[in-house]
Amino acid sequence: MQVIQLLVTGLAVGSIYALVALGFVLVYTAVNVVNFAQGDFSMVAAFFMVSLVVSAHLPYALGFVVSVILAGVAGYLFQLGVYQPVKNRPRNFLPVMIATVGGSIFLQHLFLILYGPVPLQLPSVFSQQTVDLGGVHVYPQYLLIIVVTAVMVALLNWFFERTKLGKQMQATAQDPTTARLMGINTARMNALTFALSTALGGLAGILVAPVYMVTTTMGSLIGLKAFAASIVGGFSSVKGAIIGGLAIGIIETFGGTYISGAYRDAFAFIVLVLFLIFRPYGLFGEKVSQKV
Amino acid sequence: MARQILKFIPVIALLAIVPFLLPGGRLGTYYLTLTILSVSYAIACLGLTVVLGYSGQVSLAQAAFYGLGSYTLAILTVKHHWPFWPSALLGVIVPTLFGLVLGAISLRLTTHYLALVTIGFQVIISLVLNNWATVTGGADGISNIPRPTIGPLSFVDDRSYYWLMLVFLCLAVYVVYRLRHSRLGNALLALREDEIAASSAGINLFWAKVLAFSVSAALGGLAGVLYAAGALYISPNIYIFDQSVLFFSMTLVGGQESIIGTLLGAGLLTFLPEWLRFLKDYYIAVYGLLVIVVVLFLPDGLWGLVQRGVRAILRLVKKETPVQPAAVVETLMQRAEPIHRPTPGEQVLLEVKDLHKHFGGVKAVNGVSFTVRKGDVAVLIGPNGSGKTTVLNVLSGIYEPTAGEVWFDGRNISGLKPHVINRLGIARTFQNIRLFPELTALENVIVGYYPKGTVGLAGTLLSTPRGYLEERIARERAEETLRLLGFTRIHEKAKNLPYGQQRIVEIARAMVCEPQLLLLDEPAAGMNTEETKELSHLVYRLHELGFTILLIEHDMSFVSQVATQAYVMDFGSKIAEGSVDEVLRNPAVIKAYLGDDAEYDYA
Repeated sequence: MQVIQLLVTGLAVGSIYALVALGFVLVYTAVNVVNFAQGDFSMVAAFFMVSLVVSAHLPYALGFVVSVILAGVAGYLFQLGVYQPVKNRPRNFLPVMIATVGGSIFLQHLFLILYGPVPLQLPSVFSQQTVDLGGVHVYPQYLLIIVVTAVMVALLNWFFERTKLGKQMQATAQDPTTARLMGINTARMNALTFALSTALGGLAGILVAPVYMVTTTMGSLIGLKAFAASIVGGFSSVKGAIIGGLAIGIIETFGGTYISGAYRDAFAFIVLVLFLIFRPYGLFGEKVSQKV
Repeated sequence: MARQILKFIPVIALLAIVPFLLPGGRLGTYYLTLTILSVSYAIACLGLTVVLGYSGQVSLAQAAFYGLGSYTLAILTVKHHWPFWPSALLGVIVPTLFGLVLGAISLRLTTHYLALVTIGFQVIISLVLNNWATVTGGADGISNIPRPTIGPLSFVDDRSYYWLMLVFLCLAVYVVYRLRHSRLGNALLALREDEIAASSAGINLFWAKVLAFSVSAALGGLAGVLYAAGALYISPNIYIFDQSVLFFSMTLVGGQESIIGTLLGAGLLTFLPEWLRFLKDYYIAVYGLLVIVVVLFLPDGLWGLVQRGVRAILRLVKKETPVQPAAVVETLMQRAEPIHRPTPGEQVLLEVKDLHKHFGGVKAVNGVSFTVRKGDVAVLIGPNGSGKTTVLNVLSGIYEPTAGEVWFDGRNISGLKPHVINRLGIARTFQNIRLFPELTALENVIVGYYPKGTVGLAGTLLSTPRGYLEERIARERAEETLRLLGFTRIHEKAKNLPYGQQRIVEIARAMVCEPQLLLLDEPAAGMNTEETKELSHLVYRLHELGFTILLIEHDMSFVSQVATQAYVMDFGSKIAEGSVDEVLRNPAVIKAYLGDDAEYDYA
């Protein structure tokens, strides 16, 4: 029974990584850069949620939606200030990466100034007691995380495959020049991609907040592990991000229980290093030859 | 070279008198402690200058190496009662070994993967320092770390310890400076600028990365050793990811490619929090903003800004010296004796046997065979997309063949790495010129001479006469080659040169080692008629001098002037061979270029 309980926990934690990893992958496939502040938007949204629900007494569902949207808006502003100015540099990967590292430091300490160092508690909509599902004791919040993530993935799939906006975003990611010739405003699509990815991160942050405490540093470790997850999955693959996230969540949960609790945070990186040595293109990544 | 290093003397002298400039009493002691801290930071950051500034790789694990240095020293001296100096030596060696491993893993990884591996390494080291309590003392850390003595000299009080640290800072500056101005340093810069071109110029990318990481880790370790003995007490919360970010920012803010800039960055960002005290909790946020601002507006850091300012002032004060008129130079056209004696005869230099290269379902090269004899100027022609460049990429080792073999000078070279093939005597140019844009024309060509050098890291750092000699020879050979090609703007950055001249520099880089076979991929592309004519003279002259050349070209007048042998490709296969005139009359060739219905009279 313990195995199933751990599996549920692992899937829930993994769902969080998967959502953030999706954000990495979306931005990477669209503009070929990595936003190292991606994880911090989980933190940003969780704080918004605390303000809206705990302090301003908004209904939980409304607060939820507004916080996710605000995380998207924050992401939009972030790309405006940090990505846009350097995007046309030759070999822009490094400057963008460094600028987003700076952005990450800034965000964390901005929220430290705004909310102070004391961890805040975001209540769950459910009770903190476990529920008994035929002998398996699980926290309802874990089930919520898994369900919301699954719904979100389905929604995203629908959005990218069925809506005009989603197709425009896909076209921009695949071939910006041709997309522009087809009359698509690619700059706006890229900005939207950033916003969408930070909104996903925000969603993850709000979902995980009742499990952990809300602190200014909660996003950085989530971000790093999600990044690891996206590499394990293959970095340019949406499917890979989801499976990579779930895999890291499960490995970490089991490793933390059966091998060593103290080194719980190390498992994601050990898996990552093994992957990079033996299968550097991840589970679903294609080995692409460099264009000469 | 030796004179250049004198410019660091004022900086060092200034640092040496710092203890006398500080106020007395408790405040002075406090500032001295901070200064000691900043010197150890500076040494750690110099490591990043090598790995980030020179080789262009991102390392966010410098605090981990710093920690490995500190803990090695602390564990050996405090827990095992080792004497100071052997412990300190191990404190440098242990992180270096980890750096070697990290560099080795990085072989196949590009920027963001590599950055993440370093972060992962950093996180794991932090966890181990915190949790392996029996060895590291866990969260409590280790205290009572001794400071060293050398015979009668004691470095126990803060001032003398600070001067000891300065000696090590000088050593670190020397190491980084020597590295930068050596053959190895050039290789690192080439790696940063363009991995494919660097590898085709004979640089082993693997060793270059391992070198960068291990030098960086060694400096990180040294800094950690000095920090531990300076602080007397260490705990794991110093060696965390944030500290790595701090080192990274210091290097970046000061100027990642400049030694003085790095020192400036380390000093400034150590003291900045003190000066920003009035901002209380805000300063780290300010600091994050500072990183963004520097990246957005000052790509070469604060020191780059200072340098630009100084240069602007100098320009105002001193009138620009007029550009010297191009001196009459001995060009290749006039040079008499051949470099390789043309060996008339039938000796086959290159033999391509049934070569295949498939990309997924695309059969870019599908069974091509041809030979190039010594002294030939062979040309590959064919419509766009017929697989010519792919053939060249396989020959130079950038792609591995799917099937078939390439024999060169009696040796099967199929599937060898580009730098190995270069060292066997095949050098190349690229269709879309791949120079190292931030390097000068001369430096670009010096990189081309890299394979002829033999001096390694030890020789470089010990400044052996042989090392200097080799560097001088490389420089002279590069200058000579450029001069032979009639090129004079040797100190101009490659990115500032016009297209035609970039092409000349690229050819110079390829021929500086006098390769047995020169591969030129569309050398006349993008050139005007005049430039093309000069180029055809050049290629013809290279032929007369005995170079064997295989080139790809679309310009038929160019081809017919220089080529002794032509091969025509279409859809990945060879469809004709012979002299240029023969193949151009071949119906299959005409069909490939103009299609089936062509009713042109091609005579």
